[in-house]
Amino acid sequence: MIREIDVKLLTEEISKLCIQATHFLSQDMVDAFQKAYEKERKPLAKEILSQLQENLSIAGEDMIPICQDTGMAVIFMEVGQDVHFVGGDLYEAINKGVAKGYTEGYLRKSVVEDPLLRVNTKDNTPAVIHYSVVPGDQVKITLAPKGFGSENMSKVYMLKPADGKEGVVNSILDAISAAGPNACPPLVIGAGLGGDFELAAKMAKHALTLPVEYHSPKEHIAEIEREVFEKANQLNIGPAGLGGDTTVLAVHIESFPTHIAGMPLAVNMCCHVNRHASVVI
Amino acid sequence: MRKEIQLPLTKEQAKTLKAGDMCFATGVLYTARDAAHKRMYDSLLNGEEIPISLEETALYYLGPTPAREGNVIGSAGPTTASRMDKYTPLLLGKGVSAVIGKGKRNEEVHRAIKEHGAVYFAAIGGAGALLSKCIKKAEVIAYDDLGTEAIRRLEVEQLPVVVIIDTMGNDYYEMVEKE
Repeated sequence: MIREIDVKLLTEEISKLCIQATHFLSQDMVDAFQKAYEKERKPLAKEILSQLQENLSIAGEDMIPICQDTGMAVIFMEVGQDVHFVGGDLYEAINKGVAKGYTEGYLRKSVVEDPLLRVNTKDNTPAVIHYSVVPGDQVKITLAPKGFGSENMSKVYMLKPADGKEGVVNSILDAISAAGPNACPPLVIGAGLGGDFELAAKMAKHALTLPVEYHSPKEHIAEIEREVFEKANQLNIGPAGLGGDTTVLAVHIESFPTHIAGMPLAVNMCCHVNRHASVVI
Repeated sequence: MRKEIQLPLTKEQAKTLKAGDMCFATGVLYTARDAAHKRMYDSLLNGEEIPISLEETALYYLGPTPAREGNVIGSAGPTTASRMDKYTPLLLGKGVSAVIGKGKRNEEVHRAIKEHGAVYFAAIGGAGALLSKCIKKAEVIAYDDLGTEAIRRLEVEQLPVVVIIDTMGNDYYEMVEKE
């Protein structure tokens, strides 16, 4: 049975998600801050964590975006194969939603029309859209506004099979060390392991949308997540890069089969403002 | 150490600040990020006038969100300073005494800070809602066409900033790394 969905509905929902994601973090992120605050031993780091918690409260109460970099809108569209979109062009409807959300929500317009000519598009469009087709007749939209302070510190490594688990752990830790204070720690790390060059990067971005407490169902991958988490928090980068026990709040790795000759690894950095919001239509 | 400082920062006062000092800044500063920096830099190289005086001026690397009705400004935290590295030595040479951003700076900026007796401060990245409460007045004074990247004159009270690079060239991030 084909289900018809009017694309105007998507425009409305996406506009709401833009405002929600930039003003409120998900509860698991709020809890992660509290847990980090309780564990942190360095006084200055504790003070900064408490200021970041206060920042979250102010953002929600006064409707001031958590961070002034309200990001480029990254959208994961999981479209049920029994869905038929009607009422207009899907791509346009999605971008209309982004434009509406960023304009009506007093969000910053941070997108330029051309990477070299750099003229602002003034409504934060276009969004970066990743589509996947899944069974069913529903559409799940996940919107993750991505700030570029942390995006700029992200990396793709084309590791060799011989690099093994150690190579994966060390590469992620190297990326975290290189990011240092620039990416606004404490960080959330999204990694994509396997697949090919671009799938690794896409998995890394998607991994940032996973709940803090979620771990890979593959035990050997979950082990890497835990090891990177422990070791990263011994790097003494700390909140705002001023030292401390809290350098990362979460580490997530998504993996996919890969080629006999390779082991791509992408590391997508996210600052402590790890924003994402979803809706199912 | 905790210190109260006045902006614009005099070169005299700059000398009293040490890497790692937590400062609460009150006074006047100007916002400028990538596009405004490039425009000022190009103008200066072409011998043209720029819209603000740089003598003992404080620059804040900020592109805020739009203000809601009744608010002075929107979310207003620092952006990554290293993107301004190309332009900073020239601006310091023209008299800028304080720059506020976040993250590491390159060798040239370290040298220029020492040479000109300036200070690089970091504000807390990602705390734009909290920091906006320290901003009491905001007005676009130049490069209006750049939108969020326009130059704004801000009046701030008790803006919390940490001295990262002091006038002697000491770098607090490097000191923390060696701890």
